[in-house]
Amino acid sequence: MKEEIIIAGFGGQGVLSMGKILAYSGVMQDMEVSWMPAYGPEMRGGTANVTVILSDDRISSPILHEYDTAIILNQQSMDKFESDIKPGGTLIYDGNGITRHPERTDINIYRIDATAEAARMHAVKTFNMIVLGGYLKVKPIVKMENVIAGLKKSLPERHHHLIPMNEKAITRGTECINQVSEA
Amino acid sequence: MRELKLMKGNEAIAEAAIRAGVDGYFGYPITPQSEVMETLMALRPWDSTGMVVLQAESETASINMVYGGAGCGKRVMTSSSSPGVSLMQEGLTYLAGAELPCVVVNVVRGGPGLGTIQPAQSDYFQTVKGGGHGDYKLITLAPASVQEMADFVELSFDLAFKYRNPVMILSDGVIGQMMEKVELSEQKPRWTAEYIEENHTWATTGKKANREKNIITSVQLEASVQEAFNHKLQAKYRSVEENEVRYEEVMCDDADYIIVAYGSSARICQKSIEIAREKGIKVGMFRPITLYPFPTEQLMKRAKQVKGMLSVEMSAGQMVEDVKLAVECSIPVEHFGRFGGSVHSPGEVVEALEQKLIGGDK
Repeated sequence: MKEEIIIAGFGGQGVLSMGKILAYSGVMQDMEVSWMPAYGPEMRGGTANVTVILSDDRISSPILHEYDTAIILNQQSMDKFESDIKPGGTLIYDGNGITRHPERTDINIYRIDATAEAARMHAVKTFNMIVLGGYLKVKPIVKMENVIAGLKKSLPERHHHLIPMNEKAITRGTECINQVSEA
Repeated sequence: MRELKLMKGNEAIAEAAIRAGVDGYFGYPITPQSEVMETLMALRPWDSTGMVVLQAESETASINMVYGGAGCGKRVMTSSSSPGVSLMQEGLTYLAGAELPCVVVNVVRGGPGLGTIQPAQSDYFQTVKGGGHGDYKLITLAPASVQEMADFVELSFDLAFKYRNPVMILSDGVIGQMMEKVELSEQKPRWTAEYIEENHTWATTGKKANREKNIITSVQLEASVQEAFNHKLQAKYRSVEENEVRYEEVMCDDADYIIVAYGSSARICQKSIEIAREKGIKVGMFRPITLYPFPTEQLMKRAKQVKGMLSVEMSAGQMVEDVKLAVECSIPVEHFGRFGGSVHSPGEVVEALEQKLIGGDK
């Protein structure tokens, strides 16, 4: 098993930490993992993306030009990464702020309105965990117990009281993702 | 089994330094390596092992603090990124000239000048061809994973003290910033004053009545004395070249073509050879782990078997010169690489291989 993922959106959406939690979930499941951020002058509102690879075998390149799954959280990232998904691959996107919806017909497309859902839950900061839940529903590559273990490892202990809320967001994400079109 | 941690290459350097029993780290922050000192400051090793961690006022100051610590036989290090390492060049040639052991980590970013903060491999020439003035060499290790970032810290100190020479860990923004699984070694004790006095008799540990004074210097005004010292240095470098070459070969045995790449480029190229082999192109990868000493003989051996080599580096073409020298231009050697902070994709490398070598072969 090998899953090559790009997660892309705005700085401040929790793109990098979502990738880190996913990567740590892989570590908990005894998989090989890599987490490679496209780092730059960091700022809120700038673009942020991270390449995460989970694999049963040794990982060669942490940098990729095509992906099994793209998780897209803003329009700029849609424009940049829609064409880089492998045929038959998966695109998951949040509809918030998307003005041009995906056009590929050779990939599986899912929509998750996580921004709206996070607002409804009065927990806007758990936005990225809702998205993660949606992703895990579509691609259950790591067991939920390992995701929670990964979450614990990624969060500093002073934030551990937030784990139940994040768990709830992940569960909500598994419920509110919808397939838009099929390859 | 020891605990596996997920961490950045820069964080691994810091963790490994503490566990190796390093005595001191002196540095100045610069992207993309600031996590080295950030991690050290967060882990507070002065409370556990007694290791000194100090933010100097500049890179020039940090490398000279390293000079001071090394002169006392202590295991000391610094880290920086390209513009900061340029500032350290005077210190590095003085360290080499005074035969002082130390470890310097360069997490390379795009240049020249202040350049960009994104990854590059364009400090190859600076590292292996001099950088500072005079006939000296830096033993240079190029890690290609976060695990190697950790492992090479202790290895570098071993080599530095074995040869009384500065050792450079030449990394880049990819390896520094990426997270992977790492297995860290057990905590080792720092050297005691008695150990240093016994094993490093050259160190300035305080003159005792029963021995000559130790002088740490790189100045010899008498030309004949300086020449004799240079001969001694050269003999040392020949011994390094004979004993310390490290490299890795991936799928080279049946290869028609070989990609030569180090550090993060080697990781990218490993994917490229997977793609190329799916297309039926027999290509292997040769990864120099030590950039100095360069695996010259080993590359020459492969040159007898393959039709061409492609040196892939995030620079406008630096290591390619050493590859050409190694194979004595007996086969075509081409260069490919993005630079200035851009990173080539595995697919781009395959295209370059097809265009520059295989196309020319038809």
